[in-house]
Amino acid sequence: MESKVAYQNELNLKATELRLGLPGTDIESEEQALSCARNNKRPLPDNTKECGLKGSSDDAQHSDHEAAPPAKAQIVGWPPIRSYRKNNLQPKKTEAEASGIYVKVSMDGAPYLRKIDLRVYKGYPELLKALENMFKFTIGEYSEREGYKGSEFAPTYEDKDGDWMLVGDVPWDMFMSSCKRLRIMKGSEARGLGCGV
Amino acid sequence: MMNYFPDEVLEHVFDFVTSHRDRNAVSLVCKLWYRVERFSRQRVFIGNCYAISPERLIARFPGVKALTLKGKPHFADFNLVPQDWGGYVQPWIEALARSRIGLEELRLKRMVVSDESLDVLSRSFTNFKSLVLVSCEGFTTDGLAAIAANCWFLRELDLQENEIEEKKNDWLGCFPDSCTSLVSLNFACLKEVNLAALERLVARNPNLKSLKLNGAVTLEALQRILMRAPQLVDLGTGSFVLDRDPNDSETYKKLRATILQCRSIRNLSGFLKVTPRCLPAIYPICLNLTYLNLSYAAGIHGSELIKLIRLCGKLQRLWILDCIEDKGLEVVASTCKDLQELRVFPSDPFGAGHTAVTETGLVAISSGCPKLNSLLYLCQQMTNAALIAVAKNCPNFIRFRLCIRDPAKPDPVTMQPLDEGFGAIVQSSKRLRRLSLSGLLTDRVLLYIGKYAEQLEMLSIAFAGESDKGMLYVLNGCKKLRKLEIRDSPFGDMALLRDVGKYETMRSLWMSSCDVTLGGCKTLAKKMPRLNVEIINENDQIKFAHEDSQKVEKMYLYRTLVWPRDDAPEFVWTLEKLLFTPGVLLEDQWSSLTN
Repeated sequence: MESKVAYQNELNLKATELRLGLPGTDIESEEQALSCARNNKRPLPDNTKECGLKGSSDDAQHSDHEAAPPAKAQIVGWPPIRSYRKNNLQPKKTEAEASGIYVKVSMDGAPYLRKIDLRVYKGYPELLKALENMFKFTIGEYSEREGYKGSEFAPTYEDKDGDWMLVGDVPWDMFMSSCKRLRIMKGSEARGLGCGV
Repeated sequence: MMNYFPDEVLEHVFDFVTSHRDRNAVSLVCKLWYRVERFSRQRVFIGNCYAISPERLIARFPGVKALTLKGKPHFADFNLVPQDWGGYVQPWIEALARSRIGLEELRLKRMVVSDESLDVLSRSFTNFKSLVLVSCEGFTTDGLAAIAANCWFLRELDLQENEIEEKKNDWLGCFPDSCTSLVSLNFACLKEVNLAALERLVARNPNLKSLKLNGAVTLEALQRILMRAPQLVDLGTGSFVLDRDPNDSETYKKLRATILQCRSIRNLSGFLKVTPRCLPAIYPICLNLTYLNLSYAAGIHGSELIKLIRLCGKLQRLWILDCIEDKGLEVVASTCKDLQELRVFPSDPFGAGHTAVTETGLVAISSGCPKLNSLLYLCQQMTNAALIAVAKNCPNFIRFRLCIRDPAKPDPVTMQPLDEGFGAIVQSSKRLRRLSLSGLLTDRVLLYIGKYAEQLEMLSIAFAGESDKGMLYVLNGCKKLRKLEIRDSPFGDMALLRDVGKYETMRSLWMSSCDVTLGGCKTLAKKMPRLNVEIINENDQIKFAHEDSQKVEKMYLYRTLVWPRDDAPEFVWTLEKLLFTPGVLLEDQWSSLTN
């Protein structure tokens, strides 16, 4: 009985709560779902170990708060590893080469697709140069106003929303995280992108 | 009969006796042999720099050319010995410099070396050829500059895992243009280097066989260096990183071609930072490798690591990180049939994580590599069954060091101590010389060790045993024991004092966090004038109650022919302090020590 009342009260509170966001969206559950997804997708040993240690399904929520696993009492000199080694081993976790971002690259008119690792490139210039080398074509000059001028090709990518975007508009990091595949458009389609609609 | 040979003949015969132990034995045969041997001895090994004085060394071996000195006890590696404990090389170098010794080679391990020492060293011996520093500290690149500038015939400069302060000098550039005699150069433990000076140095030293670079040497520089030194046998790469697609890189293509010219490389190490997709460049080398050290290559793991290992069919020694996992060890077992030595280090050394290798990997190795004779294995867990299988598959262990991450962890399957497992190892490997124990262990394993480990010289015990009987099994049984180090085990005065003569047959004994008391140490020190008994008291300087019943945190004792050292810091209590006559020894103690 009591709990039912409490539940109803909770509901009421939620209904009157002021929040930013469209009506009908439940941000909390979205966050939880996201963090679950994150944990599932990123098999870094530490994360899975943490989840494993705690062993409960509440892990997904708690990992948002980045709770460290209970620290074992540190015993001096154990495990027996030379201090030099401890101080000089580069931890694997911070290696940028840990996981590549491989995306398909298609070129209009080419018989088969290629795949590239976006992490290899530091920015757009390197990426575009690599594409040019890979498919033996030239891209042309990028400008914010007119896209790629000077060639019949335009590099585009499909983003997380499924839209085809011109490569180069957003900051590189944002591009890396939102790019799902690349397509080098050719001909009239390409020129269409460059003009304002 | 041998007395009728002239000394030169004896000397010539002794020339063939090279190991220092054999030479020591030769010198004990008779006075004549002692005399001939001591004048002809060129290589001297001193396992504990406080066991003898430099003056006595010089007096006995006036012809010494190569000297090895070791300083701090082994457990100093794991931060158990405080800073400033000792192990200074300065008095040795000063004494040697004053004498007429023609020193050519100096090898130091766990010693404190100053820039001044290196400077004096570099100026005092015209034929100085080889300096090897292992796990030393106290010097900077200024000291290295002195060595480079002044040792005109230098062949070897080998810096292994030292803590070196790096000044803004260009020490490598101090090698004169006339320096063309280098055979071995290892500066992997430094962070910086002058690349241009390095390349010029390599270019003018065509006899260079061993070159170990540091992380400041880029892939581009490595390619240029290898172009100049295709004769290398021993290579340590620096930073094996490419910031672009290897397929698009001229440098990478050149590197691949250059490496194909390096047909002599048999030992490979480094990869302190690595772009795994560049590894195919070294595949051609892998086929001939006999020694591969990837123990600092945290960036190589998973399928890249396995691909690499599959190519190394001739490996005899392999040092890797535990990210190889049991699966990877199975690949090693099926690929490296000639494997003799394996060391598996943790990729997460601070102990918070999970060690990815278990008993499964070790059993696989033992079954695929029957020539295995030297093992260092840090793992998550171990079972008796696995150790028994390993013992059966590999009866040739000389060194067996097992470290299970959790101290005193039992066999996870049976929940039993690991006594039977280690017992099987010592019983089957009759030539075992070095053993490190871990896991849950009772006195029983020590009984097995005392009974079967007849050749054992060095034993490390941690979180093991139940009573004094355990320690006594070892002291009574292991006739060849030289070094015994024990931590966090319940051994006390009874075991310590039962057979005090034993310690004169050993180099040293270390006991920390055990049950030995101040009174026990005092008794031992009084009874045995030719032992230095040191108590290390860093935490309790003020609080240490001076009561005989008080347990001692750390005790280190070693046989010696010289007075308790005079360079001991405040927190190290030696004989004087132990017997509580500050500064002045009682008369009767003096005579017993000097007779």
